[in-house]
Amino acid sequence: MTATKEPAKPTLPVQELDRVTIRFAGDSGDGMQLTGGQFTRTTAVYGNDVSTLPDFPAEIRAPAGSLPGVSGFQISFASSDIHTPGDEPDVLVAMNPAALKANLIDLPRGGALIVNEDAFTAPNLKKVGYESNPLTDGSLAPYTVFAIPITALNARALAGLDMTTKQVDLTKNFFALGLMFWLYERSMEPTLRWIEEKFSARPVIAEANRRALKAGYAFGETTEMFHHRYEVRPATLPPGTYRNITGNEATALGFVAASRLAGRDIFYASYPITPASDILHQLSTYKHFGVRTFQAEDEIAAVGSAIGASYGGALGMTGTSGPGMALKSEALNLAVMVELPLVVIDVQRAGPSTGMPTKTEQADLLQAMFGRNSDSPIPIVAPATPAECFDYAIEAWRIAMRYMTPVVFLSDAFLANGAEPWAVPDVADLPTVGVPNHTDPATFQPYARDPETLARPWAVPGTPLLEHRIGGLEKQDITGNVSYDPENHHRMQMLRSAKVAGIVNDIPDLQVNGPADGDLLILGWGSTYGPIRSAVERLQADGKSVAHAHLRHLNPMPRNTGEVLSRYRRVLVPEVNLGQLLLLIRAKYLVPAEGLNLVRGKPFRISEIEDRANEMLTGIAR
Amino acid sequence: MSDGGDGELPVLTRKDFVSDQEVRWCPGCGDYSILAQTQKVMPDFGFPKENIVFISGIGCSGRLPYYMNTYGFHTIHGRAPTLATGLKAARPDLMVWVITGDGDALSIGGNHVLHSMRRNADIKLVMFNNRIYGLTKGQASPTSELGKRTKSSPDGTVDRPVSPLSIALAAEATFVARAVDTYTEHLQQTVERAGWHKGSAFVEVLQNCNIFNDGAFREFTDREVREDRMLVLEHGKPMIFGKDRDRGIRLNGLAPQVVTLGDRVAEEDLLVHDEEAEDPYLAFMLSRMWWPDFPVPVGVFRKVLHPTHDELLTGQIQAAVSQRGPGDLQKLLRGGETWVVP
Repeated sequence: MTATKEPAKPTLPVQELDRVTIRFAGDSGDGMQLTGGQFTRTTAVYGNDVSTLPDFPAEIRAPAGSLPGVSGFQISFASSDIHTPGDEPDVLVAMNPAALKANLIDLPRGGALIVNEDAFTAPNLKKVGYESNPLTDGSLAPYTVFAIPITALNARALAGLDMTTKQVDLTKNFFALGLMFWLYERSMEPTLRWIEEKFSARPVIAEANRRALKAGYAFGETTEMFHHRYEVRPATLPPGTYRNITGNEATALGFVAASRLAGRDIFYASYPITPASDILHQLSTYKHFGVRTFQAEDEIAAVGSAIGASYGGALGMTGTSGPGMALKSEALNLAVMVELPLVVIDVQRAGPSTGMPTKTEQADLLQAMFGRNSDSPIPIVAPATPAECFDYAIEAWRIAMRYMTPVVFLSDAFLANGAEPWAVPDVADLPTVGVPNHTDPATFQPYARDPETLARPWAVPGTPLLEHRIGGLEKQDITGNVSYDPENHHRMQMLRSAKVAGIVNDIPDLQVNGPADGDLLILGWGSTYGPIRSAVERLQADGKSVAHAHLRHLNPMPRNTGEVLSRYRRVLVPEVNLGQLLLLIRAKYLVPAEGLNLVRGKPFRISEIEDRANEMLTGIAR
Repeated sequence: MSDGGDGELPVLTRKDFVSDQEVRWCPGCGDYSILAQTQKVMPDFGFPKENIVFISGIGCSGRLPYYMNTYGFHTIHGRAPTLATGLKAARPDLMVWVITGDGDALSIGGNHVLHSMRRNADIKLVMFNNRIYGLTKGQASPTSELGKRTKSSPDGTVDRPVSPLSIALAAEATFVARAVDTYTEHLQQTVERAGWHKGSAFVEVLQNCNIFNDGAFREFTDREVREDRMLVLEHGKPMIFGKDRDRGIRLNGLAPQVVTLGDRVAEEDLLVHDEEAEDPYLAFMLSRMWWPDFPVPVGVFRKVLHPTHDELLTGQIQAAVSQRGPGDLQKLLRGGETWVVP
């Protein structure tokens, strides 16, 4: 640890904990995401393993104090390796009655509840249907309640500053943050530095936030309310330089890395859509890396311009979420037909149509596989954790260029917004990706194929003597001329299919965590990695014969997938959808796998997977 | 291609731009003329032909890139401007043409025309307007006249048509022009001027579909009546038309008016065409004039110079590099707050 620690009152005992989960909850205007983000940064820099789950409404400012306006941020941090943001919070910080009402259900009995009692006014209580004040009616008896007049204490700390009451009130989240820093022995330094940078042009606001933070910290120190402070020691992660990273951040960095590795500039086109927009925002700050970003007029223009850029030899890509994927499908098929590299990022969100834009789901797998007219094979990769988004952004481009094909990169809202520590790689250790442009007229045919990969040449405009025409009409094999020949069409359909299927020779085998054979295999993909891994660790610790395998390549799947599935008596596939991978593996490998499917816009709890696994294990005749 | 030899630029001719593909439009189609004029003007730009790209959408016009011996991309319905914008943004060194039709550009692709024009993407869009869907065999298009009977409107359309050039002007296109397939020398000049323009060019070519909408423009484009019924716009010149050059357009209040030159009306009373006017009022007024109320204006309606999309984008990239230095990947990855686990 490099930051300085504030001295604690010597009398207060410090209790050491292995893992703590805190949920900050308040109005969407209360700055809960910022508060959670600051706590995460500080905790990551301190050296804990962390995992976060931001959970916010789609409404930017829902009516103040209302249930739909509640915004939450859960962080789990530990002195050991953890994989999820925690099933349930140990501590709930509720800034108003709505936050309490929406979140109390997740707080276990005995859990700590820190509330801003100033917000528990009669109108606020009435707004969310409390008939009496839960702080005084005894209904919170099962919990350890710390009712603190945060609004008033904070206002007192900021007295004398040239600010409106409303401005003062906006800083009370930092009071709560300061208190949590004190309670868990975190340094205020990283947040003080952040305030310094963020509000350098607004000294009064900077001073207000500093005072709020310090007042919260000092309150913890001086009040007699708390009987312990808690310490969660740094985790023993593998050696390296670490930073805290969200999935969307890692995705953007991965693309910049792919661009550098391939020696081709990025053209990133996107139409604003939750939860993918942050990738556009981030990439638009990397112009010194030659990154060209394009806010297109719609989803179709985004994919169309990306294809145009790839045609010109750039790394053309587009990012979106499910509804945008639906709009892009015709253009994706054009990329399939003209066999140009393209990466499409689908940060999946919940529900058909507009659904629940800020909530997570992994239900676009079949759309990515089949959501186009005719037989239209597209490779699919899916990172399992926020940090893995970096590796699979590079992998998506490796496949796209080597095989001259569009590739779908399936992320989701949980990966996109969730954060974890990331061991920053050395650039020298990154994989080799990229292919040269074709320039030799003597060997050029637009649809001649590399015998190993079946990829056609990437011949970009500006190359002398390679002038040729491509398009969405069926191509004659080799020449690429328009062809309606029946046998040629059959051959081209088979070639396109074989090209994508052949990627199987170029991807790693499916790894198993646990016994090589046994009673139960839990197979997952995407962001279910954390809860599955944690559940399997618990089951294995109980002596159960359970293994975990996680697919990162969904199309094609690794060569040994069927064989791995066959080595276990039962197979469980937990998915935040109604059984999409399940359908694919049942169809492909003829295994009687079973699904665990919960679609609530939230990740699985570890216990849900554990319980289902135990049920299945009980049912196995030994 | 004829090679000029060592040290000399090769001199290209029309033939260099003719591909080996058999042209498959209906015999008598106006598209042949547009193709021929396009091939003819290409050598004039002095551009290496490998740096020229033709991008098309769907419809009869969409086939044109196959017949050009340049780089070509026959894309999907309505989306050609999006591919062209992306290509030009990634590759400012290329000359990018978009070939489209009235259905492709104004119906399914209307949004992309609007945005590629307002961004001033440096692409030259040539829209073949035959006022019908030809490739799908004769349905009404967004430029079909109200009440037109087609296969999809046996009792006459109930949709009002749009004026393509009014739309291009409203979309802030920096070059707006109209030509006619059978008025070949004028067509050639117009395509050439579009090619020289730096910025978003929108050229409407009135094109006859002799199968599904024969004679759509005959009333004013036929050789015998052309001079009396079309107004050829020339920058800086008064708007005069007619076989005897005796009629003109003057402004009456806010509306154009056809007048006969003579005792009471002199040339000085006529509107003078100004294609370089920054405000689009005159050009917009011209875009509303149509036979039989007015002679149909052809030529360049508007030609103004604004920074192009790719220039602005490239400028931002260059500014970022000069301010921050070329990106250092390792530094980027190690950015933000880090900690070391020993």
